[in-house]
Amino acid sequence: MANLTMLEAITRAHAWEMSHDPSVVVLGEDVGVNGGVFRATAGLQEQFGKDRVQDTPLAEGMIAGMCVGMATQGLRPIGEIQFMGFIYPAMDQIANHMARLRNRTRGRLSCPIVLRMPHGGGIHAPEHHSECMEAMLAHHPGLRVVCPSSPARAYGLLLAAIRDPDPVIFLEPVRLYRLARQEVADEGQAMLLNVCYRLREGSDITLVTWGAMTVETLKAAQELENDGVSCEVIDLATLAPIDHDSILESVAKTGRLVIIHEAPRNCGIGAEIAATVAEKGLYDLHAPIRRVTGYDTIIPLSRLEYEYIPSVARITDAIRATLAA
Amino acid sequence: MGAFLTKVAEFEIEYHQFLDAEGNLREPAPALAHDSAELIKMYRLMTLVRAFDTKAVNLQRVGKIGTYASCLGHEATHVAVGAAMRPEDVLAPVYREIGTQIWRGVKLSEILTYWGGDERGCDFSVPRHDFPWCIPIASQMLHGAGVAMAFKIKGEPRCSVTYIGDGGTSEGAFYEAINLAGARNLPAVFVVVNNGWAISVPIESQTATRTLAQKAIAAGIPGVQVDGNDVIAVRHIVGEAVERARRGGGPTVVEALTYRLSDHTTADDASRYRPRAQLDEAWGKEPLLRIRKYLTRKNAWDDTQEKELQADCARQIEAAVDQYLSGAKPTTDAMFNSLFAEPTPALIEQREMARRYANKHGH
Repeated sequence: MANLTMLEAITRAHAWEMSHDPSVVVLGEDVGVNGGVFRATAGLQEQFGKDRVQDTPLAEGMIAGMCVGMATQGLRPIGEIQFMGFIYPAMDQIANHMARLRNRTRGRLSCPIVLRMPHGGGIHAPEHHSECMEAMLAHHPGLRVVCPSSPARAYGLLLAAIRDPDPVIFLEPVRLYRLARQEVADEGQAMLLNVCYRLREGSDITLVTWGAMTVETLKAAQELENDGVSCEVIDLATLAPIDHDSILESVAKTGRLVIIHEAPRNCGIGAEIAATVAEKGLYDLHAPIRRVTGYDTIIPLSRLEYEYIPSVARITDAIRATLAA
Repeated sequence: MGAFLTKVAEFEIEYHQFLDAEGNLREPAPALAHDSAELIKMYRLMTLVRAFDTKAVNLQRVGKIGTYASCLGHEATHVAVGAAMRPEDVLAPVYREIGTQIWRGVKLSEILTYWGGDERGCDFSVPRHDFPWCIPIASQMLHGAGVAMAFKIKGEPRCSVTYIGDGGTSEGAFYEAINLAGARNLPAVFVVVNNGWAISVPIESQTATRTLAQKAIAAGIPGVQVDGNDVIAVRHIVGEAVERARRGGGPTVVEALTYRLSDHTTADDASRYRPRAQLDEAWGKEPLLRIRKYLTRKNAWDDTQEKELQADCARQIEAAVDQYLSGAKPTTDAMFNSLFAEPTPALIEQREMARRYANKHGH
């Protein structure tokens, strides 16, 4: 076991898989000598050489498009997009090719690609460095979207993403990169994709969240416990496809649901979860579903970013209102 | 302090033509110009492509396939590029280059299947590693570069050949790909098929540069022009470029100058924007006639062979059309089964729904 930050866990997962699978290659802006602007790929170029850990010219669409070309020739590229706000030039390649190539060739060509990128705000970064645009990606058929919330899950889910035969968008919550350390067994054990992870068992209300918002949500659950409320906290982990069964099972037990996400509310993944529970679990509900989300605004610059990111107070208030309904 | 001037680039763009519009050979010509067997092989496929293309347009007119992008006038470029490649190389086409694809093994029936509205047409039986048609303009350039990067990493003596049109050179992906290929010395050849028109927009509106080949200079790689209607020139110049790429000599941009004798697609009507005189003039330079004249003059081709060839093409096309028309419609499961290696629970649920409603949509 090693006591790792999420960043270190991500680096270890890369190194493990590159040591065991020669087809895995890493490419992106500043991922080589510099080890990535957050150091997620630190030391990998030294260990695996410049062919397998490449600094690319500066063009996100190019990184994504290269990944597609490389993947069709038997490689497993891991591309890094430096921040999620810079994903837009790559969307043509992601949506039109990466997500579609297996389907349109009826399985002849495929894209075992991981596209990693920092996700979300809270580190006082400049403009365009704090976006949460997971719903835009989840909306595209053919993509998996994954967002870990701890060093161990970052390690295990990244390994699973690399080994997955199809493209995976891997969102790394920047607030969690260096927030906490956790014992991680660096033994190449992948965790399951496409399933939720229960972070806290409870009986009164279900809280579904992912990524950095697990921090505020767990704090809120702890605060409510002091009032005698038992919260079940579910980390969605894979945002597409969603493990609706686990959420429905939890809601069947608790009868109440609050969804918490940092991304804007409108057409967010919370809406998809709420709609599915309304379709398949309405009669289990004792109260209307509530969402606690980022506002439907542009995420503000640093002076106001914590006014935008849902606070513990907003979450506890939503839980109390749901319990009172 | 004074201003210092450093000359960093001074260039001329080579233009290669060996066979003029009348089928006269310009010497010095490559050995290929005297390899009648190889030239006949290319001419035969050009003829098949011309006949097949006409048939495909007709099939669209009678509702047997969907919108189709004709390659009329491009046959020399497309066939010569196919002939210059090796089977193990990888092609990333746009959507018009069936001459290259057929040379490499793609079946006529597969082409009809795709344009007839069935993804199975992209599941080529040969070659398994080539990209299928690419509709979003210029995005294929990055696939070609990525494929070449894979060859470089794996140390394989192969190259990628990527097509793009004249309009496509205005897209960012064009520059990104040639820049990357230059920066990493990739085994990639980019063939810019300049047919004068991007749907209705003429090349003069696309760029201020006098050639598209010279855009390669900005990426630090060679750029060269060829007469895209001269099968000998395209075969020779692209052949040199792919050989150099495979040897580790880096990428090349080849601009093939040709003309779109057809509408953009069957959904287009070029008479709305294209001067009739320009089209008539372009017909005078079309690619099939000149190679046929040249071969005839060399006593390598005669009317009897031509008649047999036309009959053979008609037979092949008829067989392909029969095969296409007799193919069963895909089942609704096809929408769901290849999206991921394994369908997700939601897809399994929706696959069931699609089965229940199959053929009950009233169309």
